[in-house]
Amino acid sequence: MSAAETEEKLTYMVNQIARNFAVRGEDAAVAATAEHIKLFWDPRMIAAITGGDQEDISSIARQAVERLRD
Amino acid sequence: MGYERQPDFGTPLSKSEEQVSLTIDGREVTVPAGTSVMRAARQCGGDIPSLCATDSVKAFGSCRMCLVEIEGRRGTPASCTTPAEPGMVVHTQTDRLAKLRRGVMELYISDHPLDCLTCSANNDCELQDTAAEVGLRDVRYGYEGANHLGTTPDLSNPYFLFAPDKCIVCSRCVRACDEVQGTLALTVDGRGFASLISAGTREDDFLSSECVSCGACVQACPTSALMEKSVKQLGKPERSVITTCAYCGVGCTFRAEMKGNQLVRMVPWKDGKANRGHSCVKGRFAWGYANHQDRITSPMVRDSIEHPWREVSWDEALAFAADRINSIKAQDGARALGGITSSRCTNEETFLVQKLVRGVFGANNVDTCARVCHSPTGYGLKTTFGTSAGTQDFDSVEQSDVILVIGANPTDGHPVFASRMKRRLREGAKLIVIDPRRIDLVRSPHIEAAYHLPLQPGTNVAVLTAMAHVIVTEGLADEEFVQERCDWDEYQDWARFVSDSSHSPETLERVTRVPAAELRAAARLFATGGNGAIYYGLGVTEHSQGSSTVMAIANLAMATGNIGRPGVGVNPLRGQNNVQGACDMGSFPHELSGYRHISDAEARSLFERDWGVALDTEPGLRINNMLDAAVDGTFKAIYIQGEDILQSDPNTQHVADGLRAMECVIVHDLFLNETANYAHVFLPGSTFLEKNGTFTNAERRIQPVRKVMDPANGYEDWQVTQLLANAIGAEWDYQHPSEILDEIARLTPSFAGVSWDMLEQRGSIQWPVNDQFPDGAPVMHVDGFASGKGKFVVTEYVPTDEKTGPRFPLLLTTGRILSHYNVGAQTRRTANTAWHPEDLLEMHPVDAENRGLKDGGWTRLASRTGETTLRVKVTDRVAPGVVYTTFHHPETQANVVTTDYSDWATNCPEYKVTAVQVTPSNGPTDWQEDYVEFAERSRRIAEQEPAE
Repeated sequence: MSAAETEEKLTYMVNQIARNFAVRGEDAAVAATAEHIKLFWDPRMIAAITGGDQEDISSIARQAVERLRD
Repeated sequence: MGYERQPDFGTPLSKSEEQVSLTIDGREVTVPAGTSVMRAARQCGGDIPSLCATDSVKAFGSCRMCLVEIEGRRGTPASCTTPAEPGMVVHTQTDRLAKLRRGVMELYISDHPLDCLTCSANNDCELQDTAAEVGLRDVRYGYEGANHLGTTPDLSNPYFLFAPDKCIVCSRCVRACDEVQGTLALTVDGRGFASLISAGTREDDFLSSECVSCGACVQACPTSALMEKSVKQLGKPERSVITTCAYCGVGCTFRAEMKGNQLVRMVPWKDGKANRGHSCVKGRFAWGYANHQDRITSPMVRDSIEHPWREVSWDEALAFAADRINSIKAQDGARALGGITSSRCTNEETFLVQKLVRGVFGANNVDTCARVCHSPTGYGLKTTFGTSAGTQDFDSVEQSDVILVIGANPTDGHPVFASRMKRRLREGAKLIVIDPRRIDLVRSPHIEAAYHLPLQPGTNVAVLTAMAHVIVTEGLADEEFVQERCDWDEYQDWARFVSDSSHSPETLERVTRVPAAELRAAARLFATGGNGAIYYGLGVTEHSQGSSTVMAIANLAMATGNIGRPGVGVNPLRGQNNVQGACDMGSFPHELSGYRHISDAEARSLFERDWGVALDTEPGLRINNMLDAAVDGTFKAIYIQGEDILQSDPNTQHVADGLRAMECVIVHDLFLNETANYAHVFLPGSTFLEKNGTFTNAERRIQPVRKVMDPANGYEDWQVTQLLANAIGAEWDYQHPSEILDEIARLTPSFAGVSWDMLEQRGSIQWPVNDQFPDGAPVMHVDGFASGKGKFVVTEYVPTDEKTGPRFPLLLTTGRILSHYNVGAQTRRTANTAWHPEDLLEMHPVDAENRGLKDGGWTRLASRTGETTLRVKVTDRVAPGVVYTTFHHPETQANVVTTDYSDWATNCPEYKVTAVQVTPSNGPTDWQEDYVEFAERSRRIAEQEPAE
């Protein structure tokens, strides 16, 4: 996979997680999405998603990724 | 133990708590009320001869051998149909009875071949024993009259025969089929002298009939009329060993009946707590793969998958693997290494593989085949209940009043439990089936679902939310239970959510395609019908919302108060024998054994101290992420024990690309499976018959697996993992799996009280086993949830991104069939292929007609991912717009067409929803032809050079 394909796949995954947490409301969904990634993702996956430029990413997912960068 | 027939008390155990005392042959006996006189006599060591009685079925009272005399009563009643009563005085051995029994026996023997010395049941025949017991010395009628001698045996079933001349028409087989198995395939055809056991119509033989080959009739037969062909061929067993089946998650206990080092037959053990003496065609008969010619027993290596395999010594193979692992670790770091544990292997073997990955490789890149089946169960039940496991034992179903089966097909996937469920349904429990297909449970002899909700694949969450809407808005929730046991605020949030009109059955009908009135009625029945139990399978988990569906199920159970007592609960039906155990043992990349997160410093330090190594503090890669990382170049070596990811995982091309990109693939298995086509090292595995250890079944029952023969490859699987670890540099020194189990108990709170000796004494136990639950826990969450309060989780329906459209207008869903198991590596190497020689595509008649497809014709099945060909079976079992197939045969490779979509929380693949098109076909696809050629080339084994 190219770096772009990897990022596309990971972006899809973050969006999917965020979409399923969205029902909790934006703030809670952002926190839950970031926490879920921290709990279940390998560090290289987190590095790839936080290091990418995140096109086609949802608002909740983008905020969650930003939180992971912090 | 030496060979002894299993004890038979003649009639079933009474479960009454009331006791009655009576006198039998001068001895005072106390038994539960409802116990037959026959059973009472046998329980106190006495014996009453019988032929038509066996304790797996109800008393029949036809053979007239078990007559007794009872003081104060006229005549000689049959002891099997006479209940014990207080103060009763019974005589089982009198001159009068002896004369009567001899007279009856004489009639039986007058129409029975006198070939005992050459009969396959010689010395293991109840008729022979009974003749001896009653002292029969001659037959006054002679043998010249009308008889059944010379009748043609039915040899059609690959595993057992029916010899009518040996049959005494006691009906035990018919009753076993009715009462134990619940298929009702057998009958007594004709009357009087013409009576003959028949499998269906006169035109049917056993193979073509409805018989599911469970073996209950064979086990019940008192003569050799129904007899295993293996016994006829090999002779009577001489010893037996109790062990646990290695097929599905029911975990049946069997007696492996042996002659020397040869297995003669597997007979379900009556004391087995999961199966209660029953079996299915796989566990009972499909064990021949253990000696199949395809079995690989020598280690093999090769530098490249383009090269043929080279058979080498264990030392050379292990050194080859260790060199590659160590060199990759030195160059690319520990996180370039990983492993996959097997849900078919023992707890101890699984524990060692994850220990190898975490403690020796040095990373947390360990995953298991549960990733692709029940990982959403782990996530969903841990989130809601606090424990990643089902809540009940299998006995619980006997107290259920309403049984909800969603996304499971128990008669095919978990047949022995299905028989127990069907027995309860025949007793009057109500059934709700939520499934796109009309599975057998929906309507079969003496069983009919009160409601079948044939939902559109992918809409489980919508259906369950609509059911919750009905329960909450109609005031049917058990709020008293919720207030006491669950977080009340979370419940109220959830109740508000499901009550919204957007979640009504009427609104969601356009999505689910389930008629709203039917759904409302089903919800009312579940909420008000008494003890409600939910059973589910992979039709729940293998979706993009698998975890949400598990949580929606848990919500429904809590909202209706159906948690914490027998008869209720949430019950995941696990696919493979040790899925529960593999998950318990820390096979997931983010958690240690006992479901403790790898970031939990306190838990991690326990392992670090015990193992003497520092562990990686971050979660590792899941299987699909390992494959991605391999293509990216950051993951380079994998050790795969007992798992064929190429055939079982989705998007076969993606799996192949990942494996091909790795520098070292070590496959540890019985056969050169499809994954081994991409391997560099092959380590031969051992079967469940060749090893010691434990399996944990779907009801959390830890059961011993006992070695009944020596491993054909020379080592049990845990020994092979230890050899590999030590070749890499570890210094493990386990002498027996009991030492590994001790380590598991030391490090895993839910196993703290488990030991090999305890299992030897108890037979089995259900975790948790610790100071709080020293005797285990048949039912969980009795007094409270593991996490304190039950947690309601709002589960919004999010449609899958796999959409139908003009190019791919149909939805494909996949599943299993009774006679095969998973990828078929074992069952395809047995005579089970008689029932299912190939994967078929089920299609509704309307869809077939529209495409010009005829039953049995070849079709091309294509998705956005790939295409394959297989034959079509036209049936209205599936709804229009839905097609269905199995994945048991590598020639078909159904997973060529499944996609990368997966559960949002766990990445469990969405096997159950793939948009496809089906068109007529003349033959295999290019992919299939190329794959056959590749597989043949990849399986070449170089000829050994002759010694100098």
